Amino acid sequence: MHQDQAQPAVELTGITKQFGAVQALRGVQLVLYPGEVTALVGENGAGKSTLVKMLAGIHQPDQGTIRINGEQVVLDGPLAARARGIAVIHQHPTLFPDLDVAENIYMGRQPRDRFGRIDWRAMYADVTRLLATLGEEINVRAPVRALAVADQQLVEIAKALSLDARVLIMDEPTASLSAREVDRLFAIVRRLRDQGVAILFVSHRLDEVYALCDKITVFRDGAYVLTAPTSELSTEETIRAMVGRRLESLFPKEDAEIGDVLLRVRGLTRAGVFRDVGFDLRRGEILGMFGLVGAGRTEIARVLFGVDRADSGTIELDGRPVQLSSPASALRHGIGYVPEDRHAQGLVLEHAIAANITLPILPRLARWGLLNRGREQAVAGDYATQLQVRASGLDQIAAALSGGNQQKVVLSKWLATNPKVLILDEPTRGIDIGTKAEVHRIISHLATEGMGILLISSELPEVLAMADRVIVLHEGTVTGEFSRDAANQETVMFAATGQDEMLVTTNGRL
Amino acid sequence: MTNWSRLAGLRRWETLLVVLLIALLAWGTARSSFFLDGSNFTIASSAFMERALMALPMTLIIIAGEIDLSVASILGLASAVLGITYAAGVPLWLGVVLALATGIACGLLNGILVTRFALPSLVVTLGTLALFRGLAYVILGGPQGQVAISSYPAEFTRFGFSTIPGTVIPWSFILFTLLLVIFFVLLHKSWGGRQIYSVGLNQDAARFAAVRVARLKLSLFVLSGFIAALAGILYTARISSSRADNALGFELDVIAAVLLGGVSIFGGRGTIIGVLLSLAVVATLRNVLAITNVGPDIQNFAVGGLLILSVLGPNLVRRVLERRPSLVPTSN
Repeated sequence: MHQDQAQPAVELTGITKQFGAVQALRGVQLVLYPGEVTALVGENGAGKSTLVKMLAGIHQPDQGTIRINGEQVVLDGPLAARARGIAVIHQHPTLFPDLDVAENIYMGRQPRDRFGRIDWRAMYADVTRLLATLGEEINVRAPVRALAVADQQLVEIAKALSLDARVLIMDEPTASLSAREVDRLFAIVRRLRDQGVAILFVSHRLDEVYALCDKITVFRDGAYVLTAPTSELSTEETIRAMVGRRLESLFPKEDAEIGDVLLRVRGLTRAGVFRDVGFDLRRGEILGMFGLVGAGRTEIARVLFGVDRADSGTIELDGRPVQLSSPASALRHGIGYVPEDRHAQGLVLEHAIAANITLPILPRLARWGLLNRGREQAVAGDYATQLQVRASGLDQIAAALSGGNQQKVVLSKWLATNPKVLILDEPTRGIDIGTKAEVHRIISHLATEGMGILLISSELPEVLAMADRVIVLHEGTVTGEFSRDAANQETVMFAATGQDEMLVTTNGRL
Repeated sequence: MTNWSRLAGLRRWETLLVVLLIALLAWGTARSSFFLDGSNFTIASSAFMERALMALPMTLIIIAGEIDLSVASILGLASAVLGITYAAGVPLWLGVVLALATGIACGLLNGILVTRFALPSLVVTLGTLALFRGLAYVILGGPQGQVAISSYPAEFTRFGFSTIPGTVIPWSFILFTLLLVIFFVLLHKSWGGRQIYSVGLNQDAARFAAVRVARLKLSLFVLSGFIAALAGILYTARISSSRADNALGFELDVIAAVLLGGVSIFGGRGTIIGVLLSLAVVATLRNVLAITNVGPDIQNFAVGGLLILSVLGPNLVRRVLERRPSLVPTSN
């Protein structure tokens, strides 16, 4: 599908974008040709989402130019992007859940009859025809809420086509799809490509990239690395371009002495979310917990931290059954939780670093209820120094820090509680690669001190590199448990997708 | 924004309140020769003391991201309980204890509805505003609760309006000063105060940091109910009467003073000092209007306007600053 002589549908050059202290994009470039699927790959924090949002008209570049069909344009809003024939399919469909399929597709431009009323009959007929061209049958009168995520995506694609989109941007479209749904999506994407649509496929799943895309563009830390035809770039070369260094050196794992069982979970069930989950976590052990979106990882963590209640099952700490009725009771039992969403749950952004670190242990820093500021500063300073939080001082507010440093503050907060069990939910999501390695070193070091660590991550390489043992979840049940030696891309993915739905292809090795 | 510029912003707001206070004092002096009279201070301050007391827990509640609209009704109900028990021959001290217990029970009800049933405090306390007031009418009986109990002993009523011998300062002022110090320490020096701010700024993050959010809020509503009942006893003593419509509408002044004092209606921001200054502003405004023969209705108009301005003011300032970033003090 090489069309080097053709004019690019989209051409970005020298794009720069800064958010506060974070340089999200540093002079990147990207070219999309009609009739080609280009993959944009890179680790978390590489700048993929920022670029997508730029093409969607949500962010504007600080510097650089955007050309559509050779013409320089300013995409100063979603409408401007739409007018230029750009359609974006987001990871989570952005539809009106209570409106039906046809209304969503024709939102704001419903066909009218001669009295100015909405011509429902014409609208439903149009949409049925449109979906048929995608080779799909969906009840056009069903409210979108009732559709599976995969079908909602199809509605988004149909909407894009009805707008005559010539550029289709797909941001992690397969994150919550089953293998069969992925196959169906790929078939549709290929059909669109053959019709001359320029497609950008943003993903961190290399197997899918290799199965679908004609070209690969790699970003790293907000910078452009390379673009090459898929056939000329091996998986290993792609990974090296993404991480910028040898895989082994990225996740330093110290050997820790693994001791007695610290946390024993049996038959843990929360109706409709997860069922019969059981595992042991030992002293000094890093237990990886892997699963695709919707597998129930965070939901299990919330129960272990006392945020939600389980319907049945037992939790034992040091051999004694415990009732975790609130985060405060989890804290009393020595359980810490670094949540997935730093901004909503991990930090009080408007508070100083010191106030964030000491929030769970305030009563311990007080006498007669009065806070001892000297002790507070000393404790916060200890952990901030130990974890190398980079800030102008302990009274700097958390909002002013970079993502990586914010995460170090959250970690400091929990280390200050001196926990026995630390649950880490996506601890390196959205932080830069340098800090990521630091966080891994910290996690690894904590294990050597005898802490039991439950590491939840959707980055398989991270889990494989850090964990002593991996348990895998699929739709709320444990579908696999692997020792460090037995865990690899294939075995874990096999379990994560449910035994009969093998998603991983052999060339998708990470 | 750094701490420094936030502090500067705060000082600017408090400076504004001081300027406003001075302007009101100058205006009052110009309008009436009686204004600077010592007895005017006694009357004005004791008349405002119940509202000032209730503003203290209200400050904490609003910083924690909630609101208590029912305080004036709790005051009325506590006063009714005191009256009916006294009329029934219960010793006065026991009546006072029962009135305070009533306030605690009211606060408990508010708190449980807000925390256990996860209802918005705006709606809950609007409901209990009517409920508690209605209960006061029922207790005092008679057609529309027109019965007033006013046979209180002189030792009790004297506490309501007499002054410290040789000064113009009413006894209730001492009570307020004491509570002011306690609330200042509670909010600004204790770990509970830090938790209040964190809950107001980000309730989820506070909960995930093991702060017992529900217990904290419940305590604040109970505290508010208790102080409102205390204000009810003071009010009863001051006007020597328990009536079902005692302190009707006082929540307006209380909330206006708290918000004018720089407490954010969205939670997480505000200081006791700011509220103290704005209490002085609202009390002075009412007093100046009163001695220049402006009726309570027009006074309410002025206080209502002040309330809107106090919420609108910081908003407008922020918009101007956003449009003209050169006015923002740079960090470091």
